[in-house]
Amino acid sequence: MEIVLLGLNHRTAPVELRERVAFTPEKAGRAAAELRERGVLAETLVLSTCNRSEVYGVPQESAAETIPQLERYFASLHEMDLAVLGESLYRHRDHGVVRHVFRVAAGLDSMLLGEAEILGQVRDAYMAAYELGATGPVLNRMFQAALEVGKRVRTETEIGTRPVSVAFAGVKLAEQIFGKLSKHCALILGAGTVSEQVVEHLRDRGIARLLVANRSPERAKELAGRWKAEVIEWEKIEGALAEPDMLVSSVGAEQAVMSRAMIERAMQKRENRALFLIDLGVPRNVAVDAGKLYNVYLYNIDDLSEIVEGNKRARAGEIPHVEAIIEEHVLKFQAWQTGVEVTTVLRDLRAKLAADKNAFLRERFANSGDLPPGEQERMAALAEELLEQLVISPFEKVKNERDLRKRIADLEAVRRLFGLDQEKM
Amino acid sequence: MTGWVLATLLLYVLSFAAYLRNLYVENKAIGLTAAASLAAGLALHYFALMERAQLLKAVPYEDLWGSLSLFAWLLGATFLCLELVHRGRAFGPFILPLVIALFSLSHFRDVSPHPAPARGALFALHVTLNILAYSAFSLAFVLSTVYLIQNRLLRARKPGGMLWRFPPMDVLERMCRSSAFVGVLSLAAGIACGFVWADRLHGHYWSGDPKEIVSLLILVLYLTYLWLSRGTAWRGSRAAVLCLCNFAFVLFSYSIVNIYLSRYHRFY
Repeated sequence: MEIVLLGLNHRTAPVELRERVAFTPEKAGRAAAELRERGVLAETLVLSTCNRSEVYGVPQESAAETIPQLERYFASLHEMDLAVLGESLYRHRDHGVVRHVFRVAAGLDSMLLGEAEILGQVRDAYMAAYELGATGPVLNRMFQAALEVGKRVRTETEIGTRPVSVAFAGVKLAEQIFGKLSKHCALILGAGTVSEQVVEHLRDRGIARLLVANRSPERAKELAGRWKAEVIEWEKIEGALAEPDMLVSSVGAEQAVMSRAMIERAMQKRENRALFLIDLGVPRNVAVDAGKLYNVYLYNIDDLSEIVEGNKRARAGEIPHVEAIIEEHVLKFQAWQTGVEVTTVLRDLRAKLAADKNAFLRERFANSGDLPPGEQERMAALAEELLEQLVISPFEKVKNERDLRKRIADLEAVRRLFGLDQEKM
Repeated sequence: MTGWVLATLLLYVLSFAAYLRNLYVENKAIGLTAAASLAAGLALHYFALMERAQLLKAVPYEDLWGSLSLFAWLLGATFLCLELVHRGRAFGPFILPLVIALFSLSHFRDVSPHPAPARGALFALHVTLNILAYSAFSLAFVLSTVYLIQNRLLRARKPGGMLWRFPPMDVLERMCRSSAFVGVLSLAAGIACGFVWADRLHGHYWSGDPKEIVSLLILVLYLTYLWLSRGTAWRGSRAAVLCLCNFAFVLFSYSIVNIYLSRYHRFY
């Protein structure tokens, strides 16, 4: 019962290559079906995200024979030369596959350490393969364990708790001040890449109202249309400051757009209701001393970047805890896998012993002349009972003792010892 | 220490350890363990209070130590209710040491019989409501302290790792107001019960006792806090500072006034 994995990810392949070997859901379904029809894999699952394209499988033959076949299929499916793909592909077998998929689900193999989306993507890929009937007992067990690892890692460690992008850090800070944003309002001044990301996060978090102001009325209208926001005239910004709880500013200006006096007057109108200012402009858009006003929280791009760096370090510090959880589940999976394999060997052994017993009895009965009536049946029953005694005890032991399953390492030797492979052949 | 006391203390310590662990690594199982241990500790604490009452041959708050034990019990119970309503477990590590300290202190000495005249249910309600008010004000004090720490970190643009574990400032403010509101209601009801009881016993509501004056002052101060913290220019950290200052009066009332100044009040 071997497991193989062939794939590439953001560490081994540039985006140009990754986009060429990405699997659409249709392509993934086709690959799963063809690989089984051609007798390459008995179980298949395709995991394709923007950072990785991977094929997991349980080979029909040995892993050593299957991997080259899989490589050729992978290259032909994406209409690429295997020589081009070859260096970017990684190949894993057995426990290497298990450890890899657990690391993927835990977010350790992601571009953004500990990101949460990957767990959903693993779940979707598994569900798609399961519904197609492409998975079997091994991949079902492995992917269910991977989902459990992903969940445990996110509840028991801090690998995914702290924001690691400037935009998300800004929005998380807003939530730390105001709580849920569904009753709050944000004003966006100007537009930039980070502001756009902030707006996306705000919308995801259910911000109640978005206001947009821009020096160019046309640009303001365009942004408002895109973000489903309301336009505020540039000249009326100060008056509008009484309403929003949060201001995101990204205006190209040589001098501060918001002076301390402007903010001070706005705070008077707001009766000191908290105001969170995110100044993404360089040069800065909000006067630095405005941050000293009562109930004003002012963060510039460097402040947010510093928080993000700190959070990245904190996430990295969680890696040993995550690895420990992964290792625990790898061992658990190994024990299960060995248990299944040992059970198969014992079943084969029982079948072989039963065949030997029957041949032996036939031979002895043929040479033993006339036996009293019922004697043959009695001897056959005794031989059957002896066989059961011989096989049931190891069966029970393997079933009940997990440690024993782990210790039976070389099943091939057991097969050879009892001549089980010859029987199969 | 009796079995009830020891078991209660162990459960409180377990609850504290679980709350502390939960603060570092948020985990549902650990959080539930913390809350369950606290609930179990409170249940056993109740029996410890009953045991004390039997040994005293009086209500448990008849002496200072019993009063402290009741204070600890109500503080733990109020926190547990607040946790259930606002889902804020991050305060456990701040509240539980207070509960453990008060509980341990209250069982520091052996209990000797201290028979006191039966004063009736109204009197018991008066005392219990007042101590409940002190517990609620203690919670408001802790919440205000956390609010101010968090506010300081956010304004200094140095949000540390622990910041993400605490509830948002807005929630903290609401929790603090809820606690102060419960305190104000309990204190007002407790004072009213006290007045009615005094009228039945002495024929007059008001006796000009320093405890009565300070209790009314505390009521006014917390009402002022509730008003200022809700929609005026004082909202935020100024209101939180006022809440801290108000608690100084609560401590004054519970200690100096009870022990040295009041003629009619003892440890409640």
